[in-house]
Amino acid sequence: MSEVLRIEGLSVTIGATPIIKNVSLSVAAGEILGLVGASGSGKTMTARAIMRLLPPHAGATGSVRLRGESLSSMSDVQMQAVRGRDVGMIFQEPMSALNPLMRIGDQVAETVSLHRAVSRQAARAAAREALDQVGLSGEAGALDRLPFELSGGQRQRVAIAMAVVMAPCLLIADEPTTALDVISQAQVLALLRDLARLRGMGLLLVTHDLAVIAQLTDRIAVMQQGEIVEQGSAEQILHHGRQPYTQSLLAAARLQAKRMAKSRVDAAEVLQVDGVVLEYPRRRRSLFSAASPLRAVDGVSLSIRAGETVGLVGESGSGKSSLLKVMLALQKSSHGQVSLLGNSFSAGAPAMKRLRRGIQAVFQDPVGSFDPRWPVERLVAEPFFLLDRPPRAAERSRRVAEVLNQVGMNASDAQRYPHEFSGGQRQRIAIARALITQPAVIAFDEAVSALDVLVREQILRLLAQLAGRLNVAYLFVTHDLHVIRAIADRIYVMQRGRIIEEGATESVFNSPQHAYTRALIEATPALPHTRG
Amino acid sequence: MSEHTARNWSLAIGAGVTACFIVVALLALFWTPFDPQLLNIVDKLQPPNAHHWLGTDQLGRDVLSLLMGGAKTSVGVALLAVFIGAAAGVPLGLIAAAAQGSVDEAVMRANDLIFAFPALLLAILITAVFGPGAINAVIAIGIFNIPVFARVSRAGALQAWTRDYTLAARVAGKGRWRISWEHILPNLFGLLVVQATIQFSLGVIAEAGLAYVGLGAQPPVPSWGRMLNEAQTLTALAPWLALIPGLAMLSFVLGLNLLGEGLRRGSERAP
Repeated sequence: MSEVLRIEGLSVTIGATPIIKNVSLSVAAGEILGLVGASGSGKTMTARAIMRLLPPHAGATGSVRLRGESLSSMSDVQMQAVRGRDVGMIFQEPMSALNPLMRIGDQVAETVSLHRAVSRQAARAAAREALDQVGLSGEAGALDRLPFELSGGQRQRVAIAMAVVMAPCLLIADEPTTALDVISQAQVLALLRDLARLRGMGLLLVTHDLAVIAQLTDRIAVMQQGEIVEQGSAEQILHHGRQPYTQSLLAAARLQAKRMAKSRVDAAEVLQVDGVVLEYPRRRRSLFSAASPLRAVDGVSLSIRAGETVGLVGESGSGKSSLLKVMLALQKSSHGQVSLLGNSFSAGAPAMKRLRRGIQAVFQDPVGSFDPRWPVERLVAEPFFLLDRPPRAAERSRRVAEVLNQVGMNASDAQRYPHEFSGGQRQRIAIARALITQPAVIAFDEAVSALDVLVREQILRLLAQLAGRLNVAYLFVTHDLHVIRAIADRIYVMQRGRIIEEGATESVFNSPQHAYTRALIEATPALPHTRG
Repeated sequence: MSEHTARNWSLAIGAGVTACFIVVALLALFWTPFDPQLLNIVDKLQPPNAHHWLGTDQLGRDVLSLLMGGAKTSVGVALLAVFIGAAAGVPLGLIAAAAQGSVDEAVMRANDLIFAFPALLLAILITAVFGPGAINAVIAIGIFNIPVFARVSRAGALQAWTRDYTLAARVAGKGRWRISWEHILPNLFGLLVVQATIQFSLGVIAEAGLAYVGLGAQPPVPSWGRMLNEAQTLTALAPWLALIPGLAMLSFVLGLNLLGEGLRRGSERAP
């Protein structure tokens, strides 16, 4: 196989801080190389250094060669021609990579006309062909759709079509599936693999999650603090990785079970959801007929017992977030009821303030979950609003320090502001905020989806510890079966607003009854089991 | 880098110029070189000299003293108008964003109603009905400021409502109004400060405009707009009478806009 990309002795510094140290890599035609590391390990910077898209103040040394031609010595104008034509790139967030006001066919065609002097018709034809290849054809007017009309997976396909329309010899994909649900993830990964194989295109796949790329890559390079600590064939890294860092990434990606394994069938039910229906009104289509409302949640019943961990699984749009809002009494249901600790729990019910102490929540976005203007102590103490006599001054500080200690933070962190913490630390603070009223149930809405595997591992371990100590029940709402399998005692599978399957975690995983559950399980990326 | 420096320059120059005018206006509360209302026909139409630094007008009044007095009127009227606009507009915007639905619709359509009239026309209408004067000018300009602040704070608040920390506050049992007050309003602060500087500069222009057509501050209260009006017939004879208040207004408004621009870029940068 001919070599497409060769990097030798690449180092990048920003100011005086070294970001990448002496990295050497190569990718052959048709080969898939996985570049793996925790967040902050320099893998994204490596990808950007190849494209010469480094932030200002960054300096790069070393050589980057594409098909033998040195990219490092090219002028900016020459480099512009290389980007998009010889090297394609796709990013994590498919929404922000597309222009929201431009039709997708035009966006792909634009890439063509930037690099080749062709007529508008020819560019559109090339765009159509590229969109065909990524599986976005079939429907009429496929080229005329706008990004907001597409799902996340479809948008990522458009981004891929833009990246490959010029038939580049190298494609760089930076966390291409992190923002997608499992089924879209599996489809996008398969698409990338097929494109690389069929076109003999080199593929550099950057990710933090070894499980995602285990079945896809030919070779894997592991990156830690700006250095390649280990590289070799996928087989070799996955089964005989020598470096302790590789081992810890593998262990984190594999997600050992963290359940408390206590039998809780006899425990009292703390939360009951009974026949909940949630409908959103739709805009009426004509003057004469009322629009039928959209049923986001369609007659769901479930229950959570004291101290157990329950998983609620479904892909995006399955209604799980709407259901969660009803369970948290943030949204009134159209029919059915929720009861918490034996009392009716919905907005406007009597004694809501007292009841709300019983259920708290941790949200997905570690950045948006906190008011940026409040210090940690005030943030963590916010649910004290629910108490009749909230603790003041020294007592408040003491209680906040106590929960911060429980989640592995320092009491001194209470005076700092959220932007001073990393994503994992912020999720710990969010857990502290949920714990402070000593609730019976904590709901986690995709709470570990935005974290890298190593941090995710730490947070899940912390949660398992806390569950054992505090007898609090967890409700995990997520699309990630991998996480659910590791932590949940029981799971509910949700599709189009209905619960289609429920049961003890292992029995559902070992013998799924519903076709949709089987599809979800098959789509979940998994590492091969260790041999010897 | 250049972007950063540009912000620093516009912020520094804008803040400096604005501060100068506000200091002058405050000083005019206590002291001016001459009494701006003192007529002295003998010394009329003197060009700038050592005794009268900026000369005298057709009635022999000291132009520097008039200018300082005019600054006082200008700053006073514009500031009060911004205050009226923010005091009524920001709560309306917060309520519209928090309540949604028909309340939102009602508040915003009422705003559109005010917006439908050109600002100066509305001001002329009000002062014509209620009589000319500084107080009525404040009210007229203030009313025009209300929908501006309402729209800006509604847009900012709607965005803040999409963040998870408002969900967290609702899980903590807080109501919409309390969240608006504790979480939404403080996060709009940067946006509102920028809008306030812009409305301030528009207020300065509007005050001068009203005074120019005789509907603002009435004689003998000094005003830049009336100075311009009175200088109009004397431009060939005493050009400084038109130039001086004109330049003062130009630099004050420019300073305020630079300040607003600098603050805007600064607040975009903040986390």
